[in-house]
Amino acid sequence: MSTTQTTGVEDPAVAEATSHADLTAGQRSIKDVLFYVGMLASLGIAFTALVALIALMLVQGWPRLNLDLITHFPSSIPARAGAESAVLGSIWVVGFTALFTIPLGVAAAVYLEEFADKQRWYNRLIELNIQNLAAVPSIVYGILGLGLIVQAAGLGQVVLAASLTLTLLVLPTVIIAAREAIRAVPDSIRAGSLALGATQWQTVWRQVLPASVPGIATGVILALSRAIGEAAPLVLLGGLTFIQFNPSGLDSPFTVLPIQIFNWVSRPQDEFEVLAAAAGVVLLVILLAMNSIAILVRNRFQRRW
Amino acid sequence: MTRAESTAAGGVAAGSVSLRRPRPRYGEAVIRGALFAAALLSVATTVGIVVALIVPTVEFFAEVSVLDFLTGTEWAPLFARPKFGVLPLLVGTLVVTVVALIVAIPLGLGAATFLSEYATDRVRRVLKPVLEVLAGIPTVVYGFFALTFVTPLLQDIWLFGDPPEGFNALSAGIVMGIMIVPTVASLSEDAMSAVPADLKAGGYALGSSKRQVATRVTFPAALSGIVAAIVLAISRAVGETMIVLVAAGGTPNLSADPREAMQTMTAFIGAAGIGDQPVGSIGYKTIFAVGSLLFVITLVMNAVSIRLVRKFREVYE
Repeated sequence: MSTTQTTGVEDPAVAEATSHADLTAGQRSIKDVLFYVGMLASLGIAFTALVALIALMLVQGWPRLNLDLITHFPSSIPARAGAESAVLGSIWVVGFTALFTIPLGVAAAVYLEEFADKQRWYNRLIELNIQNLAAVPSIVYGILGLGLIVQAAGLGQVVLAASLTLTLLVLPTVIIAAREAIRAVPDSIRAGSLALGATQWQTVWRQVLPASVPGIATGVILALSRAIGEAAPLVLLGGLTFIQFNPSGLDSPFTVLPIQIFNWVSRPQDEFEVLAAAAGVVLLVILLAMNSIAILVRNRFQRRW
Repeated sequence: MTRAESTAAGGVAAGSVSLRRPRPRYGEAVIRGALFAAALLSVATTVGIVVALIVPTVEFFAEVSVLDFLTGTEWAPLFARPKFGVLPLLVGTLVVTVVALIVAIPLGLGAATFLSEYATDRVRRVLKPVLEVLAGIPTVVYGFFALTFVTPLLQDIWLFGDPPEGFNALSAGIVMGIMIVPTVASLSEDAMSAVPADLKAGGYALGSSKRQVATRVTFPAALSGIVAAIVLAISRAVGETMIVLVAAGGTPNLSADPREAMQTMTAFIGAAGIGDQPVGSIGYKTIFAVGSLLFVITLVMNAVSIRLVRKFREVYE
């Protein structure tokens, strides 16, 4: 967003102001110190919680953190249970979500940034609507999926229904990220292309989009990492069923990793708690990998104009 | 290349008469139409949500009176003799949300103030992404954390009165608060960073300390953005499902005591969905009725938040 620009501009001023303030450092009161400590404490508490959470998952899940976890199917006997169908289910569901989301999200972003006349009421409506959708609770998307996709459209509780529901869920995020990436391409590039006789679409396709790919890719990966951790909407789509086989197509019943974790957490036996923690670590590792790729793409390929 | 040449030739043919392209480009129009359709899908999604919610909700209220629903104090829709008072779910949601806010507002604002007013660029570049990680952790993992770590911890260190139950609103709320810290912090930080440097410089010129500038200049100037952040955080908390489903228990409970087990609106929807209600049954319709209430509440919050953000953007950018 505009933060980076603003901070970039104002930083020298702040630094200057700081040095002025330092002239009066002798008068720094106990309140100033307490305030500073308080701020550090808020960051400290947040980071401590994060570290505690990761440590807990690792310690609890350690006994079951081995390949058996992802090469066995769920079972009512804890010692034999694994999350193979859940891991593969997650890959299927999120894979198709990516397939649907990327073209739709980029197309909508291109329209809003490159073609839409911002004065028109319908374009403003679309924009406001996307902002609103981004903050609709995920379980409401589950209700949408249950009512319209599973029941009204008659798809049933299958991979395709889950992918479509998650697509609608992450689309606003993807559109917002893609728009920012497209907006960051300077107008001189567009003007140059148009001046050479390219049409508007040729300009978008050959200049603007290639230049904004890193930003779009970062946004897409982050949105998909949200999709992969999402359990609430899929609970409504029948993702909690006991599934001892891997998905074989769009029409096959499914379960996903977060729901498998939920299933194990809600069982009374301690062994399942260990499994839940171990599966949680797997999920966190997948997310970590996706986020690292996103950061790598951003730092490696993003151009500063 | 040929295309560009022909365009150029066309332009020459048109001569000085007009700079407009000589012939319409149908391909461009088709592409434009397709892109517009993709953008329109978002509006269709909203319409879809409303339609999906409204039909079963109307059917629900044909069987249950609106007044009973909104004022009833007992929630037992799946029992043989069902009760449809939504107040226990509303109060449960409120209790968890309030606990979450008590955690998230001070932590989030503290973090935002530090990042925007005190941290150097380098520190900010490291701390911000790490803080954002908190928002990216799957909520079911947070639920596990609340149930297996925070609840036992609270039970151990509890000093006054009865300790929290095994399932309780308190630990769910605390963990949810941690989850929404980045929501509060990042939007508030945006707002604080948007306050013009000359305002702050004015404060320093008058001999204020950094804290005084932060609390008496930056904070009031960024207030609309900060309020927007908090409203958005409330909406997140109200809509969060998995944490409460895992850690807060599954019993509707009209009580303000966060040590007790409670059910929120979202947790009810989730639990009922797991139970696989037969389509058309009253249990199935109840999911949509509670869903409508949830949707309306979060929609209002989001609208307020978007409006407030626009306000501070207009003032300072």
